[in-house]
Amino acid sequence: MLRDISLNINGKIKTIRVEESKRLLDVLREDFALTGTKEGCAIGECGACTVVINSDAVNSCLVLIGQCEGVEIITIEGLEQNGELHELQKQFMEKGAIQCGFCTPGMVMSAYALVQSNPDTTIEEIKEAIEGNLCRCTGYTQIVDAIAH
Amino acid sequence: MTKEFEHIGKPVVRQDAYEKVTGKAKFGDDYSFPGMLYGVMVRTEASHANIVNIGYADISSDEITICDHNDIQGSKKVGAIKKDQPIFCYDKIRNSSDVVAMLVGEDERKLRKLAGKVKVELEELPVLTDSEKALDKESPLIHPEQESNLIVHYPLRKGNIEKGFKTCDHIIDQRYTTPRVEHAYIEPEVVIALPLEGRKGVKVIGSIQNPYTCRRVVASVLDYPLTKVRIIQAEMGGSFGGKDDTINVLAARAAIAALKCGKPVKIKYSREDSIRESYKRHPYVMNYKVGFNNDGKLVAMKIDITADGGAYASLSPFVTWRTVVQATGPYELENVHTDVRAVYTNNPYTGAFRGFGSPQPIFAQESLMDEIAERVGKTPIEIRRINGFGEGSVTASGQTLGQHDVNLVTVMDEAVKHSCFDAKWQQNRLEKAPDFQIDENAKTNFILEHDNFYPPESMKRKGVGLATSFRGCSLGAEGIDAAAAYMSIQQDGSVYLLSGLAENGQGLRTTFSLIAAEVLGISPEHIHYLEQDTGIVPDSGPTVASRSTLMGGGATKNAAEVLKNRLEEILVSHWNTKGKGEILFAKDEVTWTEDESRKISFNELCNLAYSKGVSLAAIGWYKGPNVDWDEETGQGAAYFTYVYGCQVAEVEVDLSTGEVYVKRVIAVHDPGTVINLLGAQGQVYGGVTQGAGFALWEEVNSYNGKIKEDNYDQYLIPTSKDINNIEAHFVEGKDIYGAWGAKSLGEPTLELTAAAIANAVKNATGIRFFNLPLNLEEILLNRKLKPTDLKRGSTN
Repeated sequence: MLRDISLNINGKIKTIRVEESKRLLDVLREDFALTGTKEGCAIGECGACTVVINSDAVNSCLVLIGQCEGVEIITIEGLEQNGELHELQKQFMEKGAIQCGFCTPGMVMSAYALVQSNPDTTIEEIKEAIEGNLCRCTGYTQIVDAIAH
Repeated sequence: MTKEFEHIGKPVVRQDAYEKVTGKAKFGDDYSFPGMLYGVMVRTEASHANIVNIGYADISSDEITICDHNDIQGSKKVGAIKKDQPIFCYDKIRNSSDVVAMLVGEDERKLRKLAGKVKVELEELPVLTDSEKALDKESPLIHPEQESNLIVHYPLRKGNIEKGFKTCDHIIDQRYTTPRVEHAYIEPEVVIALPLEGRKGVKVIGSIQNPYTCRRVVASVLDYPLTKVRIIQAEMGGSFGGKDDTINVLAARAAIAALKCGKPVKIKYSREDSIRESYKRHPYVMNYKVGFNNDGKLVAMKIDITADGGAYASLSPFVTWRTVVQATGPYELENVHTDVRAVYTNNPYTGAFRGFGSPQPIFAQESLMDEIAERVGKTPIEIRRINGFGEGSVTASGQTLGQHDVNLVTVMDEAVKHSCFDAKWQQNRLEKAPDFQIDENAKTNFILEHDNFYPPESMKRKGVGLATSFRGCSLGAEGIDAAAAYMSIQQDGSVYLLSGLAENGQGLRTTFSLIAAEVLGISPEHIHYLEQDTGIVPDSGPTVASRSTLMGGGATKNAAEVLKNRLEEILVSHWNTKGKGEILFAKDEVTWTEDESRKISFNELCNLAYSKGVSLAAIGWYKGPNVDWDEETGQGAAYFTYVYGCQVAEVEVDLSTGEVYVKRVIAVHDPGTVINLLGAQGQVYGGVTQGAGFALWEEVNSYNGKIKEDNYDQYLIPTSKDINNIEAHFVEGKDIYGAWGAKSLGEPTLELTAAAIANAVKNATGIRFFNLPLNLEEILLNRKLKPTDLKRGSTN
């Protein structure tokens, strides 16, 4: 059913008319051109589409836009503030935590949710937080290293 | 080089890191064009059938364009070596993922529903899934126009195998199997074809691993000259050898549709589409018979390997050729008799996958080396020292190793040192595991038999295992081996660079930029790496075989040196330096050793060159030396140089569940000179992790030719929690080839891990396993539990 939905994405509020059963992932990519959020499996297994909703890391392929009214959504595009990268992004770059880069936005968002709720994380907590984000290139070593710093 | 490296060998942040970490990098699906249509595939339920008729009556509508084989002007079948793979099937279905037609329209979701309404009338044929039966007379022919289901057969004959077996003290005869494995790049395939105005042809953008191969395929299907097909590579979301044949077929389908509709057409695969239709790693059945003496010296090896090529040949002839060269491992043997065959079946087809025909024989031959050691009372290290390659050793194909450091024993020593291998290996052997495997007839095991409570920790056994390998660099006798790089220095000293090899995520743009920066003595930030476009640089062959750094690096260095020489010539006259001293390029400056006052910034020098009308653009070229191979005897200098590696795996096996946990992998590789330390370490961590997946979890089953594991809920790749710790160490052996002797790393990192883990599991449990993956049922039951139907949870 088409409905007017007011969305808070990366701190900006905008109302769009949209089919309420449309996936959040598709709305981000198609209606907002926020293509940093990726689709890898469409069943919530790979985590490439991870965004942060009200401080939780969520697979946006499993969320319908009708559920998103009144929540705060942060995507990878929302982390860089006034031209300054988030510390996590800087660490991902410096530690070599990026290869092909397809899983990177989702990975960074899972890490972002973790460090927001728990700035002093252990290696085990980091591994747990990104367990739902598959990466085929890096073997996770440098990713865990980046989040730990 | 008289100066120290400024950039080479140091950890450097990759060039594309900013775009990738902010979500700005554009992957195939991130491209969108006005009026763009979507293409959706029509498949059948069959794995093997003759096509009688394709009926579109139920879907005809003005909004939909149907593309099938009738729309093809040029080649209806394509393939890198054998032209056996149809763009759209028209005579036969050979595999369950085969496509008969494509529906093109505006609404992708609607098209997916309509695809099921195309009525394909079929005459079902017997389905062949057992690769070992492929050559039986009674087996159905997959390609009736060919005489048999044999794709290729490589013999290798050295010495006298019969005599060898007669004279040796011991013989072990063993069969090993490895599974079909999915590349599992996180980005599924995407291509977009754009019709160019008028008669200019077509442009294709997509996740394309080998743009030049793709161009050849699309041009042959359209019957266009190569220049009318331009392939632009989008940012690649992983490939590992996997975005070659299938994506080229998709590019051809999209191009056909785009030209037919006069609009851009995007094909975007779902994960299920991707796993069903993309090719896999070859499942191998390997019979190894080895003869050896009491002192551990190998005498004779007879090897018979069958690779399941699936429905199409793809790169099977090249993959299995690497196997025949390397099947005996890095060991000297007088008598070798090897037969490697690839065969057609109705299974998913198989082709290039990081490792390329090496992880399978390494699993077999490295398991075997440990068994030989045990038989003669040696340690795994001793047996490899006795037989391993050194300077001047002769390979199974009769090639004498030289002109580079033959560092097999050196890398092994390093790995042993970092892991304290010997002490751990001996200690673990003493802690004998109880008889923990489940007797399926009695339906019980030792835990169930007794009333004792076993604390979980008491059920865990530690193991350590080791594997070594040698690997031929680049293509070898597979084909012509040359690469190009285009470089153009601007008047302000900034530099455009583009090689004919492709960035697939491995970090090639950064590697080549560092090489160029080193030669020109400038900061890598001044180098702007261009987008891959087949319209700019000459065809440099495929980005495969861990050949980029070696070949593309060589070409980049050549281009930079050509331009550096031109700049030097200007200064020779400008400064009147003739014959005296040296002109040095470093730290963005150019100086003369004879006179400190002679100094010019790189930018100014480029501006000077511009004002003098000197061209600062060049195509660099690097051609590998000739190699040779005798098809009848399997003898020859197969590759022009080799790399060596050793990995030690430490595992913990839970005897009650069968779970193998990888605690630590020490990986020591000699890739030649390391260009970017950060990138090299990343290659090791990623390769080891993929290798562990191959060892422990990953398997695509063919259920009557169909795949059950078509998404990540069923197909399990390693997560962040599956491996505890990986350590990367490098031994930088010297070599005369490549840029300062920089060779290969991507594939060696993957090929050893499964063998090392299997040897560690033996060390932990006392039991030798012969069939990968070493999943729970393999450990507890010694067999695989295969799916009995295709029903599943989340998506069906």
